[in-house]
Amino acid sequence: MKKVLVIGATSAMAEACSRLWAAQGCSLFLVARDAARLDAIAADLKVRGAAQLGVSVLDLNDLALHAGLVESAASAMGDIDIALIAHGTLGDQQAGERDFTVALQELNTNAISVMSLLTLLANRMQAQRRGSLVSISSVAGDRGRASNYIYGTAKGAVTLFTQGLRQRLHGDGVQVLTIKPGFVDTPMTRAFKKGPLWATPDQVARGILKAIDARRSEVYVPGFWALIMWVIRHLPNAVFDRVKL
Amino acid sequence: MELHGWGRHPRVQAQVVNPASREQAARSLAEPGALIARGLGRSYGDSSLAPRVLAMRPWDRFRAFDEASGVLECDAGVSLKEILDTFVPRGWFLPVTPGTRYVTVGGAIAADVHGKNHHVDGSFSRHVERIDLLLGNGQLLSIGPTTHPELFEATCGGMGLTGVVLAAGLRLQRIASSDILQTTHKLPNLEAALEAFEHHAGARYSVAWIDCLARGRHLGRSLLSLGEHAADGPLRAATGAPLPVPFDSPAALLNPFTMRAFNALYHGRVRRSGDTRRVPFEPFFYPLDALGHWNRLYGKPGFLQYQFVLPKASGAAGMREILERIAASGRGSFLAVLKAFGPGNRSPLSFPLEGFTLALDFKAEPAAFTLLDQLDPIVLAHGGRLYLAKDARMSQATFRHSYPRWAEFEALRQRYHAVGHFASAQSRRLGLQ
Repeated sequence: MKKVLVIGATSAMAEACSRLWAAQGCSLFLVARDAARLDAIAADLKVRGAAQLGVSVLDLNDLALHAGLVESAASAMGDIDIALIAHGTLGDQQAGERDFTVALQELNTNAISVMSLLTLLANRMQAQRRGSLVSISSVAGDRGRASNYIYGTAKGAVTLFTQGLRQRLHGDGVQVLTIKPGFVDTPMTRAFKKGPLWATPDQVARGILKAIDARRSEVYVPGFWALIMWVIRHLPNAVFDRVKL
Repeated sequence: MELHGWGRHPRVQAQVVNPASREQAARSLAEPGALIARGLGRSYGDSSLAPRVLAMRPWDRFRAFDEASGVLECDAGVSLKEILDTFVPRGWFLPVTPGTRYVTVGGAIAADVHGKNHHVDGSFSRHVERIDLLLGNGQLLSIGPTTHPELFEATCGGMGLTGVVLAAGLRLQRIASSDILQTTHKLPNLEAALEAFEHHAGARYSVAWIDCLARGRHLGRSLLSLGEHAADGPLRAATGAPLPVPFDSPAALLNPFTMRAFNALYHGRVRRSGDTRRVPFEPFFYPLDALGHWNRLYGKPGFLQYQFVLPKASGAAGMREILERIAASGRGSFLAVLKAFGPGNRSPLSFPLEGFTLALDFKAEPAAFTLLDQLDPIVLAHGGRLYLAKDARMSQATFRHSYPRWAEFEALRQRYHAVGHFASAQSRRLGLQ
């Protein structure tokens, strides 16, 4: 069974993915900041059938810890077949507009720390010539919008970074998969009013596992977002700048 | 936001509180205004409705499973479907299950739900070893049949009015196969149906479907379906989503004519009485789960479910009287489900008592309310009562008469800091503090 490293394991989407992997009998190594929630999730995944379970509690903004983290995950499970990078925050856009230190924090968490982890994991998988490197970006990274361009900038950076990695690793047997979820009903988006465009974490997780199995490169989940974002990306600036999205 | 129960009547505006932790849940209790915990909202009436509602469905983690004893520890928001999906492939099954998998463990405890095996295995709470209960004062108590037994009993069937069930430990049962050996008997009338329950009291699962529109000598014409877990075969739980009913049906879809046709077809489907078939467990236990929102079939006004129990001694006569009254009204039920209950338990508000229970659906229209108001006195006169998890309209007087231990329940709620902290639209209607 597969050996999966889940970074940001307490995020709703990561937890939903982990449940599917646990039910398949995979081994899991979970990384997150909140020890109590991580323990609760680990206990749940154990009951659901995870073969082996390791956890590591750390703040991913401390980049110096990343190399050790990847090492300990690999040695705990013996290998890393799939790595899912799912941590992130949906910061306060307006606070970031007023005070750039808030925006910087957001960029560090959602972009810089992700790139650091992607680099370490990509090098490791390139050397072993196999593996799936999955990171959760967002539709918000497809085009900057007034309502969340700081978050969008970070996600857009992750999308570009993984595009480059994918090209670099082409022919090395490593899958680099960029996931762009649309609106997902999670604790992070609890304050939003929900409509028909919203998906559950479980739906997104099934989409992610399917994309891994199909060796896809960049996917929108649910799939209809590809169409919506195509339109949004192709609106001329003269039109786009007038609408509030 | 607007909330309603499974019957889609009544509807209330509610503030939904989403506690991320036990501490947050306790803090929301300290704020002014009583609230009620809500799981999947599958109680039919107003049991899970209140101006402030504590959303427990997101609390959906397993905590531990003991392979030796079969005891599963899990959060209150875990659904029975999730338990089945995880444990059926490993040879475990729910000890008691209601007619839908889409209820939470917390809800199953609060309503002390029953299944088709009540005459053998009792209700849900008999298989609950432990409950983590958050009291109105923010204190967390671990309770069970032997630790704080009174509070445990009151919580089982207590409709969330004693505290918030945060987690529970329940005993699963071993199965060798997920298949059910189902035997169906065609019964010409009510007396034959009730006798058949007696005759087949040894069957693990039994349920009868009554054609409520049959009258005269056919009154109570029914199909009795018996089930046993197969001794061999696959261990499979069907995953995948149900078929959706994406919008409200025109109210005219369910009317006396279509229902009569449906009932005649359903009864005619079984050719030979006593045939045994092997079926997966899902269609046997959860025939309606195959259709996502079947509650929308009743159109916008919603529907009322009327489930009552009559003691064994007065069963046949009372049941006949009620069925005659319904048949005369011409307001049939899409579904009328008859089951036999074994002895009840010590919980003051638990529904089952030894006898027979019948569940019927009525479109929520004024004439149905009038009819049910006429049925209540008949149920009471025979020493019966109504199921709180289905109720949206019984009066305070009816409640007090049929649940005579209500005062004891109230005293216990007072003692454990529940009064002023937990209330639902139903508890207010029934005159509980």
